[in-house]
Amino acid sequence: MSLVVAKKLKKTYIAGDITVNAIQGVDFSIESASFVSFVGPSGSGKSTLLNMIGCLDPPTEGALQVADSDITRLDRREAARFRGENIGFVFQDFNLIPVLTVFENVEYPLQMVQNWPASKRRKRVQDLLGAVGMADQGNKYPSQISGGQKQRVAVARALVTNAKLVLADEPTANLDRTTATRIIDLMKNMRDEFGTTFIFSTHDPKVVKNAEIIYTLEDGRLKESRSGNGGHHV
Amino acid sequence: MYNIFKLAVRNLKRYKRRTFLTSMLITLGVVAVLLFVSISGSFKAMMIGQITDSMLGHLQIHRKGYLASIDSLPLNRNLNAKQVAKVEQVLADIDAVDTYSMRIKLGAMFSNFVETTNIRLNAVLPEQELNTVPLLSERIVQGQAAGLIEKGEILIPELIAKGMKVKVGDSIVLVANNKDGSVNGLTLQVRGILEGISGPGGRDGVIHLEDAKTLLRFTGVEISEIAIRLKNMNHLPQTFADLTAKLSSIKNQQGQPVFEVHTWEKLSPFFNIAKMIDLMTFFIRIMLVAIVLVSIMNVMIMAVYERINEIGTIAAIGTLPARILGIFMVEGFLLGVLGTAIGTIISLITITIMNASKISFDFGRQTGLLLAPTISAGEVIVVVLTVIGIAVVASLQPAYKAAKMDPIAALRHV
Ligand SMILES: Nc1ncnc2c1ncn2[C@@H]1O[C@H](COP(=O)(O)OP(=O)(O)OP(=O)(O)O)[C@@H](O)[C@H]1O
Ligand SMILES: [Mg+2]
Repeated sequence: MSLVVAKKLKKTYIAGDITVNAIQGVDFSIESASFVSFVGPSGSGKSTLLNMIGCLDPPTEGALQVADSDITRLDRREAARFRGENIGFVFQDFNLIPVLTVFENVEYPLQMVQNWPASKRRKRVQDLLGAVGMADQGNKYPSQISGGQKQRVAVARALVTNAKLVLADEPTANLDRTTATRIIDLMKNMRDEFGTTFIFSTHDPKVVKNAEIIYTLEDGRLKESRSGNGGHHV
Repeated sequence: MYNIFKLAVRNLKRYKRRTFLTSMLITLGVVAVLLFVSISGSFKAMMIGQITDSMLGHLQIHRKGYLASIDSLPLNRNLNAKQVAKVEQVLADIDAVDTYSMRIKLGAMFSNFVETTNIRLNAVLPEQELNTVPLLSERIVQGQAAGLIEKGEILIPELIAKGMKVKVGDSIVLVANNKDGSVNGLTLQVRGILEGISGPGGRDGVIHLEDAKTLLRFTGVEISEIAIRLKNMNHLPQTFADLTAKLSSIKNQQGQPVFEVHTWEKLSPFFNIAKMIDLMTFFIRIMLVAIVLVSIMNVMIMAVYERINEIGTIAAIGTLPARILGIFMVEGFLLGVLGTAIGTIISLITITIMNASKISFDFGRQTGLLLAPTISAGEVIVVVLTVIGIAVVASLQPAYKAAKMDPIAALRHV
């Protein structure tokens, strides 16, 4: 079953007189529980594509389905609701909320987005912190942990709501290579454990290798798709 | 909801100094308003009480046109027996009226057998007068206050006592012209000395009504002024309207109204001071509103600007716009609550201290008036709710801006 299906997807930015064709008609489909990476040079459209899949930016043209929903014509509220229910995000800059503890950061989507009752939240958050290896750091604030640890917390936060899809735009760009590899490994483990689909973008060839399916973008066009370590051809 | 409050409190603590400064500003505004309202309010209430309870009464009835020529204390504009009876009948019908006092006002020559001066006098029936203006006896600074006055006695104002070197127990002579122009004299004994107070009639002497009739050779009833005391001063406007309506329907043969009714507000210049105080209170309130509005808005605009990335993050992970709005509104609300709470506590403590330390002040010729500031719970509640309400309104625009921020633009913001 395909979780993400894109057909003739286009995104054009118009800023004054300048028109940028950021994505110029791409077709792809991503299966459930796959581990996918988009790579390509700066400006090739990776972020643009991920933002469209993540329901943050509507496509200009073409069809885009995520989890069997047409997401091309959602208004702001509907898009927010859809993201809250289906998609987890991991950001380049970790983006934890500084005034909340590690535990509270992971709890945030359950409490403020999905309105879980307190009794159920506690166990779920603890489970996720355990899964990312941060079980004993729950009371620390983001400023008290390392970058790699922050990204682990961010992965836990993205997964805590049982999202079908986790999008990560350059999740390792602010990490050293060893830590970066560990984060990618962690995400892959999470995919294995929870069956969540992961889509991430990166510049780093070493990191790319760990993806199962690699899409290469150039000038807003899909150049090739190949399999990475242990993956299979598409 | 609990979590929104937790988030707001944490964010306020994150910028401690800014939170402190902003809430101090609000505190300052609240203290200024509450103290001003309480001090000026008490001052006003006390001055009004002085004026109405020691001199004017709440309302006065005269023969039409009397007040316009009151400076010359005319004797040909008095109410006659029939008219007085009419007024008494009307007053008996109005429930809000507590009591009233009939006065003859006159001007006379005052002689201590060596020198002569002019004196203005109120001739009254002591019991009526004391019931209508109960604080009058407190103005008697020398001599016996109880019972006010008896026939053959006079209460003289302080200024004349000093100027003419007259003491309690001395004999003096009053000489007055009657309506027909003939002159008559009357020897009286000084019973007491009256403290002067600001406003018209504040430096008049007092004699017994019967002595005035003798001096002026009145044969029947003649009354210049009827001062009225109400059971409750809050009923003044209503009673004034009732009384005016009832008395103005009474006309003479020429079809002119016979009576005129005035409230103390028309009779005393202090009413204008009271109105000025109200106006100042109003402006101080406006300033408080402005302070709260500007300071909270400023802080919240900064808070939103500083947290654009955070807003992008929570919006991206699915926080609904309404909830983002709530997060920032609650922050502004709590800032308002904090400033108001501290301000209210400081004000109430200050008011208590001021009462305990018995601060006195002088107003016009009155000295040693005690400042006893009070503030009603209602007034405090109004100020508290206004400030908190304004705080919420002030955070509305920044919060709305945060709520409708585009997550991608917000996330990209550095
Ligand atoms: N909001 C926007 N307005 C105008 N042009 C934009 C906007 N966002 C992206 N673009 C343009 O679209 C193109 C693709 O940008 P995008 O950010 O998707 O590239 P990227 O592959 O993520 O690059 P990087 O590796 O540097 O992050 C670029 O030419 C960029 O300038
Ligand atoms: Mg990018």
